[in-house]
Amino acid sequence: MNTKVTIAGVTFDNPVMVASGTFGSGEEFSEFVDLNRLGAVVTKGVANIPWPGNPTPRIAEVYGGMLNAIGLQNPGIDVFVSRDIPFLKKYDTKIIVNVCGKSTEDYCEVVERLADQPVDMLEINISCPNVKEGGIAFGQDPKAVEAITREVKKHAKQPVIMKLSPNVTDITVMAKAAEAGGADALSLINTLTGMKIDVNKRTFAIANKTGGLSGPAVHPIAVRMVYQVANAVKLPIIGMGGIQNTEDALELILAGATAVSVGTANFANPMVTMEIVDGIEQYMQMHGVADINELIGAVK
Amino acid sequence: MAEKFKEQAVVISQEQIAPEIYSLWIKTDKIAQYAKAGQFISIYCDDGSRLLPRPISICEIDKEDSALHLVYRIAGKGTAEFSEKQTGDHLSVMGPLGNGFPLKGKKAFLIGGGIGIPPMLELAKQLNCEKQIILGYRNSDMFLLDEFKKQGEVYIATEDGSVGTKGNVLDAIRENALDAEVIYACGPTPMLRALKNYAAENNIECWISMEEKMACGIGACLACVCKSKEVDGHTNVHNKRVCKEGPVFLAEEVEL
Repeated sequence: MNTKVTIAGVTFDNPVMVASGTFGSGEEFSEFVDLNRLGAVVTKGVANIPWPGNPTPRIAEVYGGMLNAIGLQNPGIDVFVSRDIPFLKKYDTKIIVNVCGKSTEDYCEVVERLADQPVDMLEINISCPNVKEGGIAFGQDPKAVEAITREVKKHAKQPVIMKLSPNVTDITVMAKAAEAGGADALSLINTLTGMKIDVNKRTFAIANKTGGLSGPAVHPIAVRMVYQVANAVKLPIIGMGGIQNTEDALELILAGATAVSVGTANFANPMVTMEIVDGIEQYMQMHGVADINELIGAVK
Repeated sequence: MAEKFKEQAVVISQEQIAPEIYSLWIKTDKIAQYAKAGQFISIYCDDGSRLLPRPISICEIDKEDSALHLVYRIAGKGTAEFSEKQTGDHLSVMGPLGNGFPLKGKKAFLIGGGIGIPPMLELAKQLNCEKQIILGYRNSDMFLLDEFKKQGEVYIATEDGSVGTKGNVLDAIRENALDAEVIYACGPTPMLRALKNYAAENNIECWISMEEKMACGIGACLACVCKSKEVDGHTNVHNKRVCKEGPVFLAEEVEL
């Protein structure tokens, strides 16, 4: 049975990854998860300098999901390179570094710093809804998506994944813009902007007022968008959005994703990624699927 | 790295001990063996619409029977779900989490306010020194009082004045002219803020247990940070994680 998948020349032992921001750089979860068994670890977003993130409360639970507005708190590229990459290199898994910035120059600075580092791919976060500058501001305008993709590609040594926002009228427009800019792959979806109000305190549940909605509530949107993008561009897709179990992961693969990232479900069950890795193999056995690649985009 | 475990705990017993306050004993496989006073556990909901674990402080640790005593308030649908659990039912839990209280052999105040009272009980049992226990309740609906009386001198403050000193825990300290060399406290932020100031004015070492909305409970998601005086070890800013570097902090170390 083959569970290996290849994206932009990088081969992953299996298609199960973790979604940026839900797994740190893997150290905290390594007590519960055998990182060697993950297709890849996608790190928390890293910027050129440390970012303190947003005021608290930063999260709120909602029915079937959660809102977060962490604000990309991260230690910056220096600490990341000296601490987090050496940690991840101890494991037999691929490393995808999520890159965030406030300007094109910020992104390019981080990408350049990573050029001689042993990381496998870069995921460019142009879709975080919780920061005032950068983030989603790049991801909602096709001209900006194309321009930043082109600039990042000029500086990048590793293949570039552009992470798309669902907070747009037509996600295929953004996907095509990233493709035109030279992206090697796409990941989608980031969170959907939402809001919760605490009726007893008569205030916003999170300090940032708005936050990104994730969890099973958004899963059908992710399936729809992966399907749309898979049919609009030739680029490989890493699908994510509300994956809770094997069935959810397979849905995204059948819709057109080459690999999948598990995010919020890590909070509900820290071992969920291991269960999905096993679950996909069981599904393949049960349904006589010799190669996982047969399933990618199999539902037309 | 501190050992943490995800387990299916079994409910030994559960009873309501005050309005909205429940006392729950669970049997764990390993968590109780490793738990310390001031640590907490994450409890997961059975209802799939509620994704995030609820952080609940540890009230008592019974290492002999590998059991934990949890006393919690119904704050929403998740904790309401837990309150329905009966003897023999399973509860998905992870822990022990956080750092816990440091045990100092000095004349101590143990101060709990509201649902911050429970973690002070295991601390009281662990501390081998002169203990003055000051408990702040809203009114005469008190809980865990008999258990605390076995551990030291207990002073009570109630907001409505129905029992003990009318007012807050600091009013009780002043009314009884109490003094101490170290303070341990858990409770609402205004109480912790007042104690931080009191400790600074009187030059007393003060350890406080903080609370913040959490998602992962293990330091990965960065939801539960508090503002710290020193640069934190994770991000190199001034954000310490309540779930990991806390929940117990030296009061002077955090902004409240």
